[in-house]
Amino acid sequence: MKIHDLTAHEAGDRLRERELSSVELTEESYKRIEAVEGRVEAFITLTKEQAMLQASAFDQAMKRGENLPDLAGIPMALKDNMCTDGILTTCGSRMLGNFVPPYDATVTRMLKESGAVIVGKTNMDEFAMGSSTENSAFKITKNPWDTERVPGGSSGGSAAAVAAGEAFYSLGSDTGGSIRQPAAFTGLVGMKPTYGRVSRYGLVAFASSLDQIGPFGKDVEDCAMVMGAISGHDSKDSTSVNRPAEDFTKGMKDGVKGMRIGIPKEFFGEGISEEVKAMVLEGAKLYESMGAVCEEISLPSAKHALSVYYILATSECSSNLARFDGARFGYRAPNYQGFKDMFIKTRSAGFGEEVKRRIMLGTYSLSSGYYDAYYNKGLKVRTLIKREFEKAFEKYDFILTPTAPSVAFQIGEKSDDPLEMYMSDICTVPVNIAGVPALSIPCGFKDGLPVGMQLIGKFFDEATLLRAAYSFEQASGVHRQRAQLAGGGENEI
Amino acid sequence: MAISVKDVEHVAKLAHLEFEEKEKIGFTEKLGAVIGYIDKLNEVDVEGVEPTNHALEIKNVFREDVSEPSMDRDKILQNAPAKRSGCFEVPRMVD
Amino acid sequence: MKYRTLVGLEIHAELLTESKMFCTCSAAFGGDVNTHCCPICIGLPGTLPVINKRAIEFAIMAGLSANCKIAGKSKMDRKNYFYPDLPKAFQISQYDMPLCTDGYLEIETESGTKKIGIERIHMEEDTGKSLHTEDGSSLLNYNRCGVPLIEIVSRPDMAGADEATAFLDKLKGILEYIEVSDVKMEQGSLRCDVNVNVVTDDGRKTEIAELKNLNSFKAAAKAIEYETKRHIKALEAGENTLKETRRWDDAKSVTVSMRSKEYAHDYRYFPEPDLVEMEISGEWIERIRKELPELPQAKKDRFMKTYEIPEYDAGVIVSSKSLAAFYEEAVKLSGDAKLASNFMMTEILRRLKDMDSDISNMPFGASDFADLLKFVISGTVSNNMAKKVFREMAETGKKAEKIIEEKGMKQITDESAIEEIVDRVISENPQSVEDYRNGKDRAVGFLVGQAMKASKGKAAPQTVNRMVREKLDK
Repeated sequence: MKIHDLTAHEAGDRLRERELSSVELTEESYKRIEAVEGRVEAFITLTKEQAMLQASAFDQAMKRGENLPDLAGIPMALKDNMCTDGILTTCGSRMLGNFVPPYDATVTRMLKESGAVIVGKTNMDEFAMGSSTENSAFKITKNPWDTERVPGGSSGGSAAAVAAGEAFYSLGSDTGGSIRQPAAFTGLVGMKPTYGRVSRYGLVAFASSLDQIGPFGKDVEDCAMVMGAISGHDSKDSTSVNRPAEDFTKGMKDGVKGMRIGIPKEFFGEGISEEVKAMVLEGAKLYESMGAVCEEISLPSAKHALSVYYILATSECSSNLARFDGARFGYRAPNYQGFKDMFIKTRSAGFGEEVKRRIMLGTYSLSSGYYDAYYNKGLKVRTLIKREFEKAFEKYDFILTPTAPSVAFQIGEKSDDPLEMYMSDICTVPVNIAGVPALSIPCGFKDGLPVGMQLIGKFFDEATLLRAAYSFEQASGVHRQRAQLAGGGENEI
Repeated sequence: MAISVKDVEHVAKLAHLEFEEKEKIGFTEKLGAVIGYIDKLNEVDVEGVEPTNHALEIKNVFREDVSEPSMDRDKILQNAPAKRSGCFEVPRMVD
Repeated sequence: MKYRTLVGLEIHAELLTESKMFCTCSAAFGGDVNTHCCPICIGLPGTLPVINKRAIEFAIMAGLSANCKIAGKSKMDRKNYFYPDLPKAFQISQYDMPLCTDGYLEIETESGTKKIGIERIHMEEDTGKSLHTEDGSSLLNYNRCGVPLIEIVSRPDMAGADEATAFLDKLKGILEYIEVSDVKMEQGSLRCDVNVNVVTDDGRKTEIAELKNLNSFKAAAKAIEYETKRHIKALEAGENTLKETRRWDDAKSVTVSMRSKEYAHDYRYFPEPDLVEMEISGEWIERIRKELPELPQAKKDRFMKTYEIPEYDAGVIVSSKSLAAFYEEAVKLSGDAKLASNFMMTEILRRLKDMDSDISNMPFGASDFADLLKFVISGTVSNNMAKKVFREMAETGKKAEKIIEEKGMKQITDESAIEEIVDRVISENPQSVEDYRNGKDRAVGFLVGQAMKASKGKAAPQTVNRMVREKLDK
């Protein structure tokens, strides 16, 4: 087994058994990066100097016999919309091409305190707006399974980095599916926690009421471990919930016997590829063979979720992105007449087309005369969507759907038609609107490309999702496959 | 079209964005297509339904009125595109 | 043609919290530029607000003091617009669920007490400040950015400059009393915009003009008067005024139309997604209400009742919380409320006016003042002499006892000593005695005056008066 193919918990075991040092592990990661990054382009910034210091600190602590957290010493990557003190944080945008935050996001701080080794900041769709990472101002990240295809978005860089063995796990952010869809496209486990589970302080906001930070891992146990390290109440985030600390690996291996699984018909309609549907339904059968009960259910308002999403998310982002005006930080246009012109020129040159489109859509939805028909209406339909999920969860332990309508598409295939691109999110978006947790796990392959299956859970019931996902992966073994990207970090273990 | 070029110009003003003439029509079309899709919400009956502002039912999150040392001015200004005399510098604000 | 002016006020008061509204930076006035800032109040990407509980309580205190209804449910909203002094490009404010509504303040007018309605009081955050350079730049200082503000919106119930000033005085007094704001217009902790229009008794009305750049209550009064005249002039010419914002030019004493905006502000208000809603329980409100200090009106009524001082005097004394406290302490220690009040209304106020300052800057305290009063009560010094002593105290800060000692101001109360002086004066002024015998009562006053002069003002005046009369009547 190549070192870079290990899961994070396997790497952690090696560290604890002193088979490997963190410095060795980190050097392996950088060797791998050197070998494949030219083809994958997952990273915007590499932080080797700092990473090696973090790795040595771990090794010193181990020598002293200290008891260290599970994630300590393991190389990981952060999506470039999470602030890192003293390190470039671009959000994939020209607008922040030179922005160096003077503070750490809460998750950054928590990971540092856990002894994590941060190897770099990953590429993303600009300001987290996109489903393919093609909207980055800097580079297009390639899917390690087929470098002519997209890795998904907006957390494409974080997904690709893990799938390519450049980092053992990573963090992404999910507003409408931006962790789950790339996880599906790259054969990883990706989780969007319950809204309020993980602090958003230091996450550059896209849509405040929908954004959540979550992990990418090669298997369910990795995700559970990372969830434990990043979850928790944060007094700096008024929307973070005050719940006692949770061990997300607890009960993970308890199996699915007796669980009731809802299969919403609205998620299996037109717009979803037949092969994906078939594979997910096969997954349902596998669950039944393990003692769960699957039933068809209906979530009628789910068909409106995309519209609701594109009103609420864009409205919030139009406001969240208004601070980018060239006055205090970031890009400033070189020529202007007066401050108003400076704002206009800076914003027009600093933002890409998709970002501008969403700002315009959001501004329109909130503007005088349209607020009731759009924004307020969106908030009301949100209530309907949320209620339907709550009702379903009265009877079912979790809900099973495809993650994305298809496998990873070709680079350039959808980038000309915004609506078509938005359709990629059709299965994931209802989850963010309701605020419930969900994850994507690989359930099979089509033409060598990973297919993802989505598990949606009750508020704060990540444990059930992880348990069900774990059972599935142990039974199917799909997660053990790795993208065949030859090169570097050839050391075996 | 769900939205006209004039509408786009008005919204652009509100959002402090500008588009070149040649991009305006294409942009208007794409934006119009999205708005056309969203307009399907008109069909949804929301009689008696309250809006949901927040996914969670949390209320009353406050902090105590305690002050902590502020951030060093150098750090505050470290990303300023232009600064002078310890302040952020912008073109003159007409009053 | 009868014209009626309608004046409404929009007042912003900065709150006296320790920290800012949404972050832990100090809210204290002053400090070198950009030294009271953090990523949150300069709106760096990724930052989030957290509500300062004390600021909410201060707003509720203001609402209770202004007879408002306190909302059971409230929330913050975003008010979106672009301006360099607004780092997030939105102000976190309140739109449709303000903390306080439907209140009033009572003011005294020529025709009696009048209620001025308060539409609402809501919570928001202040912006940064800008300095403009000679060479075409503006420099931004975000020290004040994020300081908590309450916005108080009155109903257009004021009939003109006098009522507006009375309202402002009343409000300022209350906010000072409950210590939620130091309401200093010169420091920017109190700001006021005025809305004015005029209606006729045949149903015509002018468009409302919003007046800005009013830096003192006087300026507000002058602006209202100017604007009223301007509106009446328009009506008389059969015209209307424009609905616009006008800037008061204090130097020229006129209002000037502000450059018209290309489009009216569309603030695109929506509920602040980074903050959760507030539920304000009855218990919380009661706790706050119990902690409220006695308000000026109640204090005035109590002073009138307990100390039996005239309404006007009570009103003046309670106009400043520290002055009222000074008075009460002096009364407690000296035991003579009326004497204390007389002295305050004359000597002390005059002195404060000369100093253009308030009681906290007097070089002596309430107990020293009480000592002086006790000397008057015991007859150690006469009233007139006490005034002289007071002046000396105010100038030097020396204690009354010392001054009386040093300047030999002790009143002569010894009857035989006074009799000696009176006898001498009478014998030296036979004409006056003659005049008195002939019915000229004025002569008494003259003789008393002479006796006082002879004693260098130290003789107890009532005793002198009595003795002169006694001897003349013999």
